[in-house]
Amino acid sequence: MSDLNTAMIEKYRSSFLKEVEANVEEGEWVKMCMQCGVCSGSCPLGKHWEHPPQEIFMMIRAGKREDVLSSDSMWMCTSCYNCIARCPRGLPITHIMHGLAVYSKRLGLTPQKQPTAEFSQIFWDNLMKKGRVNELKLGLSMYFKDGFGQGIKNAMANQKLGQNMMKAKRMNAMEFFGGHSVKDLSGFQKIIKKAQEIEAGNIKEFK
Amino acid sequence: MTEVIATNETILVVGGGISGMTAALEAAETGKQVVLVEKRPYVGGRVTQLYKYFPKLCFPTCGLEINQRRAKMNPNLNIISMAEVTDIKGEAGNYTATVKISPRYVNENCTACGDCAKAVEAEFDDEYNYGLGKRKGAYLPHRMAHPQRYVLDPAIIGTDDAQKAKDACKVNAIDLDMQEEVIEFKAGAVVWATGWKPYDANKIQPYGYDRIANVITSVEFERMADPNGPTGGKLTRPSDGKEVKSVAFIQCAGSRDKNHLLHCSRICCMASLKQATYPADEVAISIYYIDIRAIDRFEDFYQKVKAKENVKFIKSKVASIVENKENGNPTLHGVDTEGYNRYADEHDLVVLAVGMEPSVDKASFPVEITINEEGFIEPAPENGGVFAAGCSSDALDVNRAVQHATGAAMRAIQVVNRVAATEG
Repeated sequence: MSDLNTAMIEKYRSSFLKEVEANVEEGEWVKMCMQCGVCSGSCPLGKHWEHPPQEIFMMIRAGKREDVLSSDSMWMCTSCYNCIARCPRGLPITHIMHGLAVYSKRLGLTPQKQPTAEFSQIFWDNLMKKGRVNELKLGLSMYFKDGFGQGIKNAMANQKLGQNMMKAKRMNAMEFFGGHSVKDLSGFQKIIKKAQEIEAGNIKEFK
Repeated sequence: MTEVIATNETILVVGGGISGMTAALEAAETGKQVVLVEKRPYVGGRVTQLYKYFPKLCFPTCGLEINQRRAKMNPNLNIISMAEVTDIKGEAGNYTATVKISPRYVNENCTACGDCAKAVEAEFDDEYNYGLGKRKGAYLPHRMAHPQRYVLDPAIIGTDDAQKAKDACKVNAIDLDMQEEVIEFKAGAVVWATGWKPYDANKIQPYGYDRIANVITSVEFERMADPNGPTGGKLTRPSDGKEVKSVAFIQCAGSRDKNHLLHCSRICCMASLKQATYPADEVAISIYYIDIRAIDRFEDFYQKVKAKENVKFIKSKVASIVENKENGNPTLHGVDTEGYNRYADEHDLVVLAVGMEPSVDKASFPVEITINEEGFIEPAPENGGVFAAGCSSDALDVNRAVQHATGAAMRAIQVVNRVAATEG
């Protein structure tokens, strides 16, 4: 392609597509979608998506920035990889969905009370404390995320499961008090901090 | 013993489909010596299995008859059927080909009267009809087969059936002692026209071709529509023989897909549009497509089919097919691109517009050859005096395959002309 052609393509490419290509994991694949719809049809949770993946890709190319980033849709992905396995163009759709979710979270555009987003935050906070996931506390945080009353109800409903897990030594009640951490917790936290710095440094400004 | 008189000025054509036949005839009619090697017991290839051509909806039998007549009239053309090229050695202008000829068990005396077929009892899947019907152990592959000679299935040799066939023959045409032959001969140039095969629909797992009776391929549908085909031209369901009231076509079944064939097979859009004209006007037809690729003058045909009231177009690549166990209807699941509507559509019959897979085996190719990532032969200097013709070079329709084959014949003629010039 001639330089002039390339320049014209750049000129007409929507700025939101450029933003996605720059800031979303695997975002450079979005332009490869040929709108066949196999991903949407193959998704086991497909009917619960407000915008199926193929529509999300088209919305990105149409520059619908707010609609995409504040959408609930990419949070519906359960990483079953059916779409990746079947996509005729080989788009890493699962990864793009996760990338979009991460980016919307970074910009603070994620819908309030989105269950997957809430769980992800709880999981992250839990992991950051000790460098390990404290499963007891993770479970409890999930039970009590909608208030104390609901938390007790949830705990009672799953009482038997919890007891069985303790009997089978899959869960330890003592973990409630502190819980064990990785050997070098401060080293772990430094690694994460550094990674976050690098990540933030890679984000390009678009307005 | 099969006699082949050939020199370094002879052109070897591998494959006797529409491309191979065209290349062979064009070269032979310029006065060159041509040997045509065909794997099947007859020439014409997959074109003989078509009911109609697009876009004129005329019958391939017409052009086939002309070509077969040209072949019969031309003393420069030697057709060896039921034969395969197993090796080629040498270089442009000086090749030696090894050809394995399978026994037909029927000699030139055959008048195609059919007495042997009547006498034989054993039946086999009819490959001419893609296994949709049965043929006898002694058979004429199809009505217009050239050479017009019966064939004995090797599976009946040594059984009572073989003797019955021999006893029934009044002209002494059956020779049960015929053996496989391996012959060698010279050639100056080679036209490689091994064509294509329908992509194996079993590999497209979500479409359930292997497990849903009423999901068929486009080549099978073509045979069903043919009045001389296994159903006498009636469009009936394989599961229960019920008359078909609604048909769905699924485009790009195996084409334009990283998991299957990388390339666009080019013919499938036009083939499905053509096949949409086969059923009666009362039959509801749905075509599921990514985009319709009816190139240049074919656009008119697309518009004509689009205007038909019983034909509906759905812009969507179907994600999966599930069988309705109660009535055997395949149910198509997917999301369309015009509105992103989720659908679950039931049809009586589903036709997979399967792609064109090149019949070019890189691993066993006899000489050095340049093959592209789609599996087709690329024109390259390394190929020497071997020239691809028709669908071994690209996914082509009949019209373009014939044009391409004529070009390949020209290339081959140039090589043997050079040989003639140096040998004086």
